[in-house]
Amino acid sequence: MSHLLEAARIALGMILSGDGVVYSIALRTMVIAVSATIISSAVFIPLGSIIHFSSFTGRRLLVSMIQTLYSVPTVLVGMLVFLLISRAGPLGGMNLLFTPAAIVAGDVLLIAPIIMGLTISALETGGRELRDTAISLGAGRGRMVLKVLSESRQAILTAVLMAFGRSVSEVGVAIMVGGNIAGYTRTLTTAIVLEVGRGETAYSIALGIILLILAMVVSISVNTLQHRRSR
Amino acid sequence: MILELRGAGQFKSGSRILHDIDLQVPEGSFFVLMGPTGCGKTTLVRIAGLIDRPSSGTVEYKGTPVPGGGAARLSVRREIVTLFQRPVLFRGTVRSNVEWGLRIRGISGSEADSRISEALEMVDLLDLAGRDASTLSGGELQRTALARALVIKPKILLLDEPTSSVDPGMRRNMVRRIAELHSRTGITFIMATHDFTEALSLGTTGAVMRLGSIEQSGSMDELFHNPRNRFMASFVGFRNIHAADFQGNSACIGPLAVLHAGNRSGHGFLSVKPESIVISIEEAKTSERNRFRGRVTSILRAGSVLEVEVDCSGIPFVSSLTKESVEELGIETGKKVFISFKASSVHVF
Repeated sequence: MSHLLEAARIALGMILSGDGVVYSIALRTMVIAVSATIISSAVFIPLGSIIHFSSFTGRRLLVSMIQTLYSVPTVLVGMLVFLLISRAGPLGGMNLLFTPAAIVAGDVLLIAPIIMGLTISALETGGRELRDTAISLGAGRGRMVLKVLSESRQAILTAVLMAFGRSVSEVGVAIMVGGNIAGYTRTLTTAIVLEVGRGETAYSIALGIILLILAMVVSISVNTLQHRRSR
Repeated sequence: MILELRGAGQFKSGSRILHDIDLQVPEGSFFVLMGPTGCGKTTLVRIAGLIDRPSSGTVEYKGTPVPGGGAARLSVRREIVTLFQRPVLFRGTVRSNVEWGLRIRGISGSEADSRISEALEMVDLLDLAGRDASTLSGGELQRTALARALVIKPKILLLDEPTSSVDPGMRRNMVRRIAELHSRTGITFIMATHDFTEALSLGTTGAVMRLGSIEQSGSMDELFHNPRNRFMASFVGFRNIHAADFQGNSACIGPLAVLHAGNRSGHGFLSVKPESIVISIEEAKTSERNRFRGRVTSILRAGSVLEVEVDCSGIPFVSSLTKESVEELGIETGKKVFISFKASSVHVF
């Protein structure tokens, strides 16, 4: 126990003194997670909206499948992206393997079901009434869709924050397609895996505390937004 | 006619909700769509409000079929506004809610300002214009939704059970307000309701629905005084409805021969108002031409009076009496009594 407390003291010292390596890993993790969240949101919020506002055979099945993928194992997505971008894979020519871009690509896919599924749920909660109200007041289809999206923005933002949380804390994709290269693709989670293996407890605890702080910021933001929604 | 439905039907999840509805709504009228809960009123309101398209049949606006989509449908849609049973307000203030319909029509500036003020004034909400819509009470929410619809100056305003989510105390105010708005604006109102007293006090014409079909339509007088069948009679509040075989001024209900003031033959229905039936302990010589012996089967409280059911040779008749009369006559369940009513009190249909 005292060993752990000592490690925690050293970790806090590293955080407070602004340890360059620790902060560069934290910054990289943030850049990767933010990029993946922005790209995934830009593609999958509109796609989720299209699914919500369309009626086609198998729609319910599709939504169930998307919801099932919320908890897809990160290593499965990592493996899929690895197979796609490895030299023998169909996208091998792009030389993406073991780059930050590969981690971003993997995270985009990993969080896509969360963003898409929760966008659909957000629009379905009260979406029908909003849709009918906008139509009855004379809105065309485009205007109606924009109004429903705008009225559901807090719920959609919650979805985005949850997706960011998943991206920032995942390790499977980052290690499989990022390769944990120091100063290049090493993220908070992959660094923790490495440092724990090497017995660098203090270092891994420092990284863990930063990861925990990031996760807490996300969680508090989600709670605040949900509280505002329910008011 | 401002709105006409021809053979409109609606299927949902494989089952038929509306059957070949033919409906004509005169311009400027207050048209009431009545019927028990679940009879398809809301589905019909959604079709008439151009929210949904019917699975079959057509909707005509001012004599022309409403296009199935595109800008042509939108331009007709913009003349018709629906106020839903549980209105949803957008985020923002009362004013921003009322403004929205104008904004999407490109109306802004002083014209928008004066129309918003006028609409808010019509529903007594001028003082609350700046209030956050999420803090409104049920009645204020309903009035904001009404102002949001009126500001558009639609040609038709559809109201789906507008008083059902308002508490009973507020209901009368809401009914009075709706009546005032109809006479003040000249807009054609179409209101769905299951409450026929509300329908009577507001409507000029209407229709009664049952199981997805129109049972009867016409003027309110016609609907309430000349019900076409047993369901209609029961819906508009008739009691003691019995199937009968008519011959001249006599009608046979099972073993009873009832005299009425009319002259008809064949099969039909008759009804007698409970307050027209007199109960006596002994067979009295009265001017009433219908007199039957029976036994009291139940005594139930109905508001300020008691409803006494008397079984006359297997045919039940309900009479309404005051509590004092019941006590004075010593009426109780199982007691043998006589009932009598005038031939002119018998309604034949």
